[in-house]
Amino acid sequence: MEHSEPIVEKPFETKELTVSMGPQHPATHGVLRLVLNLDGENVVKCTPYVGYLHRGVEKLGENRTYLAALPLSDRLDYISSMNNNVGYVNAVEKLFGIEAPERAKYIRTMVAEMGRLSSHIIWLGTHVIDIGATTPFLLAMAQRERILDLFEMLCGARLTVSYPRVGGVRNDISQEFLDTLYEFVLEFPHRIDDYETLVTENRIWKDRTMGVGVISAKEAVNWGLTGGMLRGSGIDYDVRKYVPYDAYDKVDFMVPVGRDPGDCYDRYKVRVEEMRQANRIIKQCVEDLPAGPVMADAPKFTLPPKDLVLKDMEHLIHQFVLITKGPSVAEGEVYVGTEVPKGELGFYFVSDGTGKPYRMRVRAPSYVHASVLPRLSEGGYVADVIANIGTIDIVLGECDR
Amino acid sequence: MGLITGLQSVSLVEVEEGTRVMAPNIIITSFDKLINWGRRSSLWPMTFGLACCAIEMMATYASHNDLDRMGIIPRGSPRQSDFMFIAGTVTKKMSEIVRRVYDQMPEPRYVISVGSCANSGGIFNTYSTVQGCDTFLPVDVYIPGCPPRPEAFIEGIIRLQEKIKHEEFRWSRWR
Repeated sequence: MEHSEPIVEKPFETKELTVSMGPQHPATHGVLRLVLNLDGENVVKCTPYVGYLHRGVEKLGENRTYLAALPLSDRLDYISSMNNNVGYVNAVEKLFGIEAPERAKYIRTMVAEMGRLSSHIIWLGTHVIDIGATTPFLLAMAQRERILDLFEMLCGARLTVSYPRVGGVRNDISQEFLDTLYEFVLEFPHRIDDYETLVTENRIWKDRTMGVGVISAKEAVNWGLTGGMLRGSGIDYDVRKYVPYDAYDKVDFMVPVGRDPGDCYDRYKVRVEEMRQANRIIKQCVEDLPAGPVMADAPKFTLPPKDLVLKDMEHLIHQFVLITKGPSVAEGEVYVGTEVPKGELGFYFVSDGTGKPYRMRVRAPSYVHASVLPRLSEGGYVADVIANIGTIDIVLGECDR
Repeated sequence: MGLITGLQSVSLVEVEEGTRVMAPNIIITSFDKLINWGRRSSLWPMTFGLACCAIEMMATYASHNDLDRMGIIPRGSPRQSDFMFIAGTVTKKMSEIVRRVYDQMPEPRYVISVGSCANSGGIFNTYSTVQGCDTFLPVDVYIPGCPPRPEAFIEGIIRLQEKIKHEEFRWSRWR
């Protein structure tokens, strides 16, 4: 045999192996499916398949009035439903041209940051449990339970809250709620210290996350990443800071950024710092909470008070028309992006003048982040795929809609 | 039973209905009761989260509610598990995978349907959603709620244990 080109000596032949990871897999955070082409331990190709939780939320939204579609937004990103509600009502309020009163804005900011805390706690717990540590998960979930108890005190629901309303919030908050929340806020930084003691300088954690899922700032922007994924790569962008909504322009907080290029560890640091900042925002909101009404005075768009509906014929008719026909809106379109724990959640409405949206489009950060998974995983080890799924903080309800 | 003939004078203590303990190491019971006792005391669920209800399922497993005290430890493989929570919306694309996971579980296997979506489709009456997971799976216990509270999860598991307690001849090949 003739050898025209140099041969690399290989003791044996290897073959590429295709593995379907998910949709039933404990580390895929729901029903994400990845098809991995493996060469030994190395990932040659990673293809995400989404759509296993496609429930037709956008289509359902087109068949309901603006006021009645609010509970659908709960079930998008079900870990932080409060933030989705706030995003939804902000978009609808912009379309209606109304504004919530000051007190309602502060309450929304407060509860949205509580939602951010509960989401980041789940992120931390599941990310860490995927890498192999169980204790931080159990410690974090105990604190999350306190936030859910507060939600329950607020509106009766633990997870799917539907508390904010178009034009304000459903009910005013009680002094007991504020006291319990303030107690929680004063104590929670120490709990974050506990998690950091267990995780931040942990040798295994550092080995598994440092240098894994590296993405540069330029690439992060080009992939359309938002939230902790973008800030982890060193880009200082936060919707709350640069396009403020609700009361975010009145509270003082810092936007933590990582370094360029960012890896899983940078994103971890950013999100833990975000938890501290969210805690700060809640504290300021409780301290500076203004007095006043919690619903906007816009009878054409908001439901009348329930006690009047039960007493009064005019208010009953008013409520009936708003519920069945929906508020009459001018034609036009509107996009509002809000900062949810995962990134930028945008609601885009096209109105054709009726009480129902002609088109309701949800810009879900999880969908964008799922698309970057091959970029992060290819060329790495198969164990790093798990770390990458954890770091993109994906929720499939929002991704598949 | 011949084993205890002549020992009738020893007093028997009834620890449970139909199960009597006599001397330190002799227990009189029936196969059904013994097997059902073993089965219901360490139910291992399949870790399988579909949607929102899975988050409440996690909360039930975790520190505050702690299912470990009921002998319940989530397993990652269907071949090691006794029952499955259908926790969340089952879409048409997902339903065949749910069915395949169920088929991989060894007998006896049980299914708990959790939440409005898995029970009946819930608010998602759309082209892509299965209207209730009982359309393609035999369901033992339904837990209502959107999503159910952790207490409701525990209640559902207790109901399943009650159901297993009263089973007869499930251990037999000729049942």
